[in-house]
Amino acid sequence: METLQVLVCDDEMGMRVGVMRALREFTVEMPDVGGEVAFEVSEAESGEQALERIQATPPHILLLDHKLPGVSGIDVLEQIAPKKLDMHTIMITAYASIETAVRATKQGAYDFLPKPFTPGELRATVRKAANHLMVARQARKLAEEKRRVRFEFIRVVAHELKSPINAVEGYLNILKDGTAGDDPKVQQQIIERCTTRIGGMRKMITDLLDLTRIESGQKPREIEQVDIGAVARIALETATPDAQARDITLSLTCEPAVTMPADRSEIEIILNNLISNAVKYNHDGGRVDVSVGYAGGGADGGVVIAVADTGIGMSKEDSARLFNDFVRIKNEKTQGILGSGLGLSILKKLADLYEGAVTVQSEPGAGSTFTVTLRKTATE
Amino acid sequence: MTDAKKRILIVDDDMDFRFQQRVQLEAAGFDVIEAPGYTKARELLESQKFDLALVDLMMEEMDAGFTLCHDIKKKDPSVPVIMVTGVASEAGMEFDAATSEERSWIKADSMLAKPIRFEQLRREIGRLLKG
Repeated sequence: METLQVLVCDDEMGMRVGVMRALREFTVEMPDVGGEVAFEVSEAESGEQALERIQATPPHILLLDHKLPGVSGIDVLEQIAPKKLDMHTIMITAYASIETAVRATKQGAYDFLPKPFTPGELRATVRKAANHLMVARQARKLAEEKRRVRFEFIRVVAHELKSPINAVEGYLNILKDGTAGDDPKVQQQIIERCTTRIGGMRKMITDLLDLTRIESGQKPREIEQVDIGAVARIALETATPDAQARDITLSLTCEPAVTMPADRSEIEIILNNLISNAVKYNHDGGRVDVSVGYAGGGADGGVVIAVADTGIGMSKEDSARLFNDFVRIKNEKTQGILGSGLGLSILKKLADLYEGAVTVQSEPGAGSTFTVTLRKTATE
Repeated sequence: MTDAKKRILIVDDDMDFRFQQRVQLEAAGFDVIEAPGYTKARELLESQKFDLALVDLMMEEMDAGFTLCHDIKKKDPSVPVIMVTGVASEAGMEFDAATSEERSWIKADSMLAKPIRFEQLRREIGRLLKG
């Protein structure tokens, strides 16, 4: 339970005691912000004393009498306004003149309570202030969280883009300084590495754009009847040069005519990501087996795409965090393999669009099988 | 003593960094062996001889570089170690091995911040292998 601090500033003792009594057992239910709110009341008998108290520990709610003997209520408001405290002030006024109200509101008063008031009226006003305070606090927390996530994202993107630039810059410096000797084979290797790193950077930027498009939901989706097996065949053809270079065998097992309403480009991204990973993280001479079929044997259960490889595999801990943005498994087996760290998080977000799921089964050293299930209807 | 080539061990998980240093060191007349990480470096430490090691501070495990430097010095305290780090530019942290107090816990004879220029590396190697 959250307890809000209330400071009541009034020169009449009866008034202060009345407020304390009215709020002592009072609680407000706030299901939206998670729970119940109670109040703890402290008192000040003059404006000077109120300012001291606020200086020491600012209350959440200030009940402030307008007409005080020394420093007036408005003076108190004027002095604390520049501090921009997370505090709601309720002015207590005997005669609520328009000018007073306007002046007080300008100085940040949140509400008014005309004297005399009943305990019920006081509670209603305090409830309103408490509600407002808690909702504002919640909103601020969410905004902060959003900003934090955004900064973290930008930080990681910056880091990931800097690394290929550093590499290419390093090579250019070597060429400029002429410190690599004049073996044309070495020169050729340097140029190849530069091309590879720039290619990786381009892939990273494409992935980032894919990801933002999916997340913003701005790309218009074209839902049509898509032949999943046909898309798988094209994806396998795309991967063939890389696979052949490392003597990796690709195969496809497909039930006849597996189709579903979907956006073709999304299905292409899913299959391309799965198959290129299976090749990338494979051993030379390994296998990649793709299978496409209906889940549970019938057309109503959705489509299952499974891609099994005989590659390096991974531990349980690694597979658990695999689908988060920018996660790349770093160990001696994966070192030298380039990737944006976004492919699988894109895959997961796409599967979500089809009320689907992505799972991975993996054995370190033996290989991994990624299984994507897509439900029949694509959510708009 | 034969005037055999001096041999340098490079340990870094960034293959471009290793390649860049290797081609330059080879062009400058050194012999180079490489390891992409701690495990392989340990193997080389047991099976091979080298005259100087160039070790990245941050590899797949947070401070494998520190541990490795320690291992190298334990095996043969006379082998100079140059530690390379990208930490300074990224986290604003600063390391140096200039004072003996720092050298007592950082088991390296010299620290270089990435990106490193070859001239600088060459000077450090020259200085450390002279003794």
